[in-house]
Amino acid sequence: MAAQFRMKRDYYAGALMMLIGLGAAAEGGTYHIGTLVRMGPGFFPVALGVILVCLGIIIAGTAFASREGGDERFLPAHPQWFGWLCLIGGPILFIILGVYAGMIPAIFACVFVCALGDKTATLKGTLIMSAGVTVFGVILFSYLLGVPLPLLRGITS
Amino acid sequence: MIETALQDLWFGFGVALEPHNLMYCFLGVLVGNLVGVLPGMGPVATISILLPLTFGMKPVAAILMLAGVYYGAQYGGAICSILLNLPTHPPHAVTCLDGFPLTKQGKGGTALGITVIASFMGASFGITEMIFLAPFLVKVALQFGPAEVCSLMLVGLLAGSTLARGSPLKGIAMTVLGLLIGIVGTDIETGTTRFTFGILELDDGVEIVTLALGLFGIAEFMNSMNQTAAVDTKYSKVGFRDMFPSRADLKRAFFPMVRGTLLGSMCALIPGTGPTIASFVSYATEKKISRTPERFGHGAIEGVACPEASTHSSVQGDFIPTMSLGIPGDVTMALLLGALIIQGIVPGPQLISEHPDIFWGLIASFWIGNILLVILNVPMIGLWVKLLSIPYRYLYPSAMFFICIGVYAANNDMFQVGETVAIGIFGYVLLRLDFHPAPILLGFVLGPRFEENFRRAMLISRGDLKVFIERPISAAFLTLCVLLIAGQIYVWLRRPKSVAGAGEIEAKLPASPYTELSG
Repeated sequence: MAAQFRMKRDYYAGALMMLIGLGAAAEGGTYHIGTLVRMGPGFFPVALGVILVCLGIIIAGTAFASREGGDERFLPAHPQWFGWLCLIGGPILFIILGVYAGMIPAIFACVFVCALGDKTATLKGTLIMSAGVTVFGVILFSYLLGVPLPLLRGITS
Repeated sequence: MIETALQDLWFGFGVALEPHNLMYCFLGVLVGNLVGVLPGMGPVATISILLPLTFGMKPVAAILMLAGVYYGAQYGGAICSILLNLPTHPPHAVTCLDGFPLTKQGKGGTALGITVIASFMGASFGITEMIFLAPFLVKVALQFGPAEVCSLMLVGLLAGSTLARGSPLKGIAMTVLGLLIGIVGTDIETGTTRFTFGILELDDGVEIVTLALGLFGIAEFMNSMNQTAAVDTKYSKVGFRDMFPSRADLKRAFFPMVRGTLLGSMCALIPGTGPTIASFVSYATEKKISRTPERFGHGAIEGVACPEASTHSSVQGDFIPTMSLGIPGDVTMALLLGALIIQGIVPGPQLISEHPDIFWGLIASFWIGNILLVILNVPMIGLWVKLLSIPYRYLYPSAMFFICIGVYAANNDMFQVGETVAIGIFGYVLLRLDFHPAPILLGFVLGPRFEENFRRAMLISRGDLKVFIERPISAAFLTLCVLLIAGQIYVWLRRPKSVAGAGEIEAKLPASPYTELSG
């Protein structure tokens, strides 16, 4: 242990697996476990959880054992916070507008917001594309496939 | 035996040529070819997006279309690799090595022509292999009890997670995670709800659509957001006339094609080794046995013909374990099985006898689809090349909309759209930690059946775990599992030396901004 302790991405990876495994085993333990002959619903979750904890330990362990310096950073070199926000915001707007306003605003907002995340996007191009996708989407999903989501709530429903 | 196979095949052509089915087959290969060409969209994401649309269709049409997307994308992916040096589809990554130099020399058209011939040859052999091998496998598999099925699934799961790219350890961890996600919902035997945390919407479990679109849609887009370089199309002017290879090129490419085809079909039989590994292995082999290995990497036509033939024969061969045993070899196959399960069809050895229209119709449609693809690719090559320049900024927002409405339409449930977003964010975290999410889907699809068979086997043997070693077939499968793990440990221990061969090829590959891995 002459070398200084350095953070590696695989430690996070191992820890995440351990955490999920522990959670699964703990939650599975509250169900009826049963015996090997008559397994209860808790048997499999607990078994898998324990396996996952072991795997997590091995993942972190092999990273610790290997001398190669792994990548330390969790985030990529150029984090795209705005892009990610747009990408996640699109579907969330789709949910909200789909429930309260109808299909047309939901599609338009979803495509528009998602497209804004790209650095090269222009307002005009994005607007035209969103409108195009909306028209296409309404024709395909509302008229051809009959998805039961009203086009505009309060007007057509 | 040959006679019955031909009779069944004739019946299959009857099914596949019904106008309704033919239309969906055409639609499938067309969409497949399209996404294969478009940089930034892969077959896995596309099949996931199309999955909810198939719910209202007949099972035969649904499976023909989804399968068409898969092998159609292989044709398109080659165009992208050869003309743009962009390995957006992993099986075609090695094709870049010699395909792009050929393009720079102005022989891109010849390379594409050879690719089409090699693809068709590989695919035809893969299909023939399936016709004769699948019924034989089924005969064996019908004798299996729950213990054998369990061990077989274990082989499938282990092979699928360790032989794919990336760290095998992490692959196994992802498989276990997939098995855990498969547990969510109501337990079939006792009716207990598991891992639902009081959320009523989770009682029916996690839908395969939300899982696949979260992992291969949203997570993937988060990863490639603003990371894609502008596509350079300066070399990619190819017309119909350039496609015909000269006699000398054909002669040079013929035997590599044959070798590639055979290698690919062999890789298809080993569970977990999909087209990606097949193409790497065949390129390396071809380079090794070539009398002029120094030409490779500078535009050797053999370096295009061999991996392409092996990719296609392995793609078709992939369907063998999936359709005859119900054990998917990779993510795409897991998705197709998921589509069958949604249609109420139980995958497994009884599939061929219970649904001959699906099995033989699918095989016949492979041939029809491949012929359609040749027709689509040769005269219309100019159109596909134009598509290469569609920018990513138009692509992903449209795909996001398809994801949202597709998930909603599957069950008319907005909750699942939210679920997809959550899975997507989680999937991105996994990607950042160097986990490949593909095995999750494998575990997810096989999980419920694995648990059911394991419970049944234990019930029959009265809780005696020895049953897995005492029954010879099961013992053989378990030995295979042990060998797989031992092999991985061996490779890991002497890593610095053994990877050199594969690493050499991999190091030369152009970096790809996309991480979707299908094999």
